Amino acid sequence: MSTLKDGRMAPHESPAAGRRSVGVDVPKSDGEKLVRGRPVFTDDVLPSGCLFAKVLRSPHAHARIVALDASRALADPEVVAVLWHPDVPQIPHTRAGQSHPEPSPWDTTILPTKARFVGDRVAVVAAETLAAAERALELIDVEYEVLPAIHDPAAALDADAPMIHEVPDPRGIAKGGESNLAAMIDVQIGDVDTALAACDHVIERTYVLPRVQASHIEPHVSVSWIDEDDRLVVRTSTQVPFHLRRILARILETSESRIRVIKPRVGGGFGDKQEMVCEDLVAVLTLRTGRPVRLEFTREEELIAARFRHPQTITMTTGVMNDGTLVANRMVVLADTGAYGSHALTVQANTGQKVLPLYPLKHIHYHVDSVYTNNPISGAFRGYGAPQGFFALESQMDEVAAVIGMDPLELRRKNHIRLGDVDPVSARLNEGKEGLARTVNSSSLEECIRRGAEAIGWGATPAPTHPRFKRGLGVGVAMQGSGIAGVDWAAATVKLNEDGSVNLLVGATDIGQGSDTVLSQICAEELGVPYEKIIILSSDTDLTPFDVGAYASSTTYVSGGAVAKAAADLKNQLLTIMAEHWQVNLEDVRFVDGVCMGPRDLSLDMGGVAHTALYTAKVQPAATASHMSDDSPPPFSAQFADVEVDTETGQVFVRRFVSACDFGTVIHPKLAEGQVDGAVAQGLGYALCEEVLVDDEGRVRNPNFLDYKIFTAMDMPLMEVIMLETEEPSGPYGVKAAGEVVINGPAPAVVNAIAAATGVRIRHIPATPERVWRAMHEC
Amino acid sequence: MKLTLSLNGHSTELVAAPGARLLDVLRDAGCTSVKRGCETGDCGACCVLLDGEPVNSCVVPAAFAADAIVTTLEGLNDDPLMRRLQDCFLEAGAVQCGYCTPGLLLVAWQRLREGGELTEYDVRHAMSGNLCRCTGYAKPVRAVLDAWEAMP
Ligand code: FES
Ligand code: FES
Repeated sequence: MSTLKDGRMAPHESPAAGRRSVGVDVPKSDGEKLVRGRPVFTDDVLPSGCLFAKVLRSPHAHARIVALDASRALADPEVVAVLWHPDVPQIPHTRAGQSHPEPSPWDTTILPTKARFVGDRVAVVAAETLAAAERALELIDVEYEVLPAIHDPAAALDADAPMIHEVPDPRGIAKGGESNLAAMIDVQIGDVDTALAACDHVIERTYVLPRVQASHIEPHVSVSWIDEDDRLVVRTSTQVPFHLRRILARILETSESRIRVIKPRVGGGFGDKQEMVCEDLVAVLTLRTGRPVRLEFTREEELIAARFRHPQTITMTTGVMNDGTLVANRMVVLADTGAYGSHALTVQANTGQKVLPLYPLKHIHYHVDSVYTNNPISGAFRGYGAPQGFFALESQMDEVAAVIGMDPLELRRKNHIRLGDVDPVSARLNEGKEGLARTVNSSSLEECIRRGAEAIGWGATPAPTHPRFKRGLGVGVAMQGSGIAGVDWAAATVKLNEDGSVNLLVGATDIGQGSDTVLSQICAEELGVPYEKIIILSSDTDLTPFDVGAYASSTTYVSGGAVAKAAADLKNQLLTIMAEHWQVNLEDVRFVDGVCMGPRDLSLDMGGVAHTALYTAKVQPAATASHMSDDSPPPFSAQFADVEVDTETGQVFVRRFVSACDFGTVIHPKLAEGQVDGAVAQGLGYALCEEVLVDDEGRVRNPNFLDYKIFTAMDMPLMEVIMLETEEPSGPYGVKAAGEVVINGPAPAVVNAIAAATGVRIRHIPATPERVWRAMHEC
Repeated sequence: MKLTLSLNGHSTELVAAPGARLLDVLRDAGCTSVKRGCETGDCGACCVLLDGEPVNSCVVPAAFAADAIVTTLEGLNDDPLMRRLQDCFLEAGAVQCGYCTPGLLLVAWQRLREGGELTEYDVRHAMSGNLCRCTGYAKPVRAVLDAWEAMP
């Protein structure tokens, strides 16, 4: 529970009663080994004889790789291999790490024949030491044919723009050879033009969103080797082990049976580790050399060649009546997907699908051009398109409120989606295509707005702490989804041991968010055994069943559903075993708090039941279950910022930040709050200081943590988290998602607060001191 | 180059390649609590105590550690104050991915050992060189204050 300054605990309301694991702050399943600093991350344990890999990256934004001479590098006996495009299969694919069939264009090969951004892969080296690999990069001679490049997304679709991809991808998603359009979306609901013409006010504004980076503190890192059965093993810091195995099998021209992917502890992912940025390279080097190979990104590489939240320019045109009734909304998005179309379609689909339903209008027009440029590659980052969209929408709501002279909260209250409402967008737009209709079956959004406003003191802005400062309050409301409806699915296996402990094997990917803990809680609750009895393993493609992985806020809702089903199945098996053992009717046997009860005074604890099963009945009680949901119930949040603006320097200080949240049932309150705390920190960075700067030549100007500034402990405001639980009918124990929704509110809440304080509207974030100062001085 | 130092209370001889940084040498010596996050001194993941002072080992040339006393989290795992801090971190929910955790624990331990009054501001100040991308620092700060309040 977040604690206020005076030590009062933030309110937490839970409908759950009589539960022993769900809703309880049990010890995090991997906590002890992490606080002891044990060797649990990918790079902590390397196979003996491991080679070190480094990537030779293009100095040009757009250049054909004509010739490469590695003889000087290979003259060093410590340098074992140098590979470039003729040495590896050239099978088009995407590194996006998504479900089959992949919605991102297949526009990538392991090592390209043409570099498409500064930092693109040209060659990869393996050497006995990291130092030797680094030295080798200097000794590779490459002949480039430099091509004209394009960095401005607004010019990418011009007829004379250089063509970044010369052929369309094999499945025709991107228009390579024809234009730089990586993906296009156009969805019309109702008749926006006619509706706008009939509105009392039409407000049109344009918002500009920066390129930002996930900045997990553990960089991308992978190790591979050939095991004693000649199979390729890849141990890697990933969010998607099963997708990786499938993609690697295809691009290495082998089969899944020849590959094993192991995910150890992961030091943060936030979407960026959905992408395959190291795994294919260590794999080709291991296959070439027969040796173990390790590749880890430097921080500089992270900020050049990992993935970034898509920079977007969003123009929003909103029609409203004098009484505050919103009538129509048009959202036109230009997105820079960079050199490759990783998530080019689906992130931008989300910008509309996750965002526009918040105000379920009859007339909505959503249009996206997602374009290739010779800039760094955009991709998945927490929120997945929604932070951009909510910045525009929730800024726009305040602009609309200002025009009609209404309280911004009142405007939202009047128009937001409610329990029982049908989201008008999801049926038309899901993962870039037609989707499934969605009705809101659980929501405490009204309560979130009310309680959040109360906590921040809406309507009573505190006095500035200095005469030079101006102070204001702002709000940002948001929703998201829980997994991808009809697409995301997961499986779980449970197996009972003779002491009543249970192995829980999940493909779901704990990347620090605590899914191992939450899934163990669900398993324990369903079986009625103590949480400590669950032994969880995630994820190893040889040992655990399939799961799409950790993304789209899906794990608790989707994978949790699989765990609950598997545990229920296991329990039924045990009932049958005990009924036979006791020679009684099945109906007369049941579990009460993990104890098996029969008629008369027959009863046996879980250890006894397990012993009976294994040694008397001679069966292994075990179950595997799969789960998918056709729904993706939205979690909601209402977030409030109290900021001060230094009128002399333009610097913005966030003093207090309140998040009121509806995540459905909360399985583990502290972990859920931790999701909020972390998302707010990232969201405030998005609002105020994070921006990857790319110069006219396509070079990243700030590829380090000194110049790419993320929030420190000193920058954080006083935080309050208010959980207002609901019971989502489609989720196990009533859960919805928690991971992403709360990253959407901070940026609009902060700029709305800046506007309230100063009267100045920042439409281009981050709201750096320079931008704010210039806006205040109109220059 | 051979390097003699006291590592976690044991006199140790390590081999350092020319130009190696303390971070590399320590990880090679099995101190996996020392994490690589940025290698430019900006994240604190590689924090160790060098003669009792927290330093970012990625910007310390290994040669500087010759004859020095180096302490990593591995060397403090049996220390009662560190155990209390670890328990408070676990109790407060201050660990998510855990990659930044050893660094945070070391600076917090060092700050608690200094003694004196401890405000929330002091804790944030002590942690300001350690980046955590998961927790927003709220629960780590709480954990350190909890550990301080529990001090005899
Ligand atoms: S790795 Fe040393 S400060 Fe980041
Ligand atoms: S817990 Fe993940 S970086 Fe701090």
